[in-house]
Amino acid sequence: MLATWPCPAPAGGASEEYALAFRQGRKHCLLVIPALFDEANRLRRLTVEVMRRLDAAGIDCVLPDLPGTNESLQSLSAMTLDDWTGAVLASGIYFKASHVLAIRGGCLLAPPELPGWHYAPVKGANLLRQMIRMRILSAREAGRDETQDGLMAQGAASGLELAGYSLNSQMLADLRAAVPPDEGHRVILQDTIGGSPLWLRAEPDEDRAQADALAAVVAMALTA
Amino acid sequence: MSSETDRQLRSILADVLGLKPEHVAAFDAETGLFGHLPELDSMSVAGLLTEMEDRLGFIIDDDEVDGELLETYGSLLDFAEAKQRGVLGA
Repeated sequence: MLATWPCPAPAGGASEEYALAFRQGRKHCLLVIPALFDEANRLRRLTVEVMRRLDAAGIDCVLPDLPGTNESLQSLSAMTLDDWTGAVLASGIYFKASHVLAIRGGCLLAPPELPGWHYAPVKGANLLRQMIRMRILSAREAGRDETQDGLMAQGAASGLELAGYSLNSQMLADLRAAVPPDEGHRVILQDTIGGSPLWLRAEPDEDRAQADALAAVVAMALTA
Repeated sequence: MSSETDRQLRSILADVLGLKPEHVAAFDAETGLFGHLPELDSMSVAGLLTEMEDRLGFIIDDDEVDGELLETYGSLLDFAEAKQRGVLGA
């Protein structure tokens, strides 16, 4: 279930990172790229439930930890979006991935070389706006007045902590500019999956019907 | 209250707060939101505002967000409709 892979470290060399892996050397191996930041928590259950269904359908799948998150020993505040893109690519090569399933902000990290699916892709700027708004609202509850412009200026100078994630100025600039690629893969919209989007929920939730539907899109294409 | 904005706003509330559609369908103008719905806390307010921007097609300035805005369903709907008419700026 747990595998490790060598991840290129920003300072050079490699760090060892974990991945959740269902691997039996079968015909297809799906690289699953998780949603980012707070959305990663809300979608973790759905992501793993989809992988369990694909495993049962005879498809290998691997979900790498992004360096600086989950069990990683790397520091998140040292990471840029390019570091994550490189990490995802390295994990795909190491696990010999044949296809990719990228989720929400994970679509920003998808290797263009791999065919596959992008589930509900989102612009980096939208993720950033949402996290900045969460910070402004919680600051207001604590009696502090913060503004979008003020926070962006502070972020550009010295980085920001957003939704509990410490992001450096380069990561913030990368996110602001990042848009999901518009070709080389199929986009899965929420309308196809049905139900209400789990990344919107303030509390993590699960939905078996959504996991069934998302897994079915991938399984039907790969086992046809 | 049966405008397209009304329909979309109910759908957004159901999606963001994880409420059942029939629960949200029963909201009227006097239904209390912030402080009345345990699902609506400051974290979900951020999601609610961002989703309103995406689906209803306007930008909400952080200065416009205050206690009154989220007091009742009627006040939130009035705000959304005024935004769409451009009364409160784009």
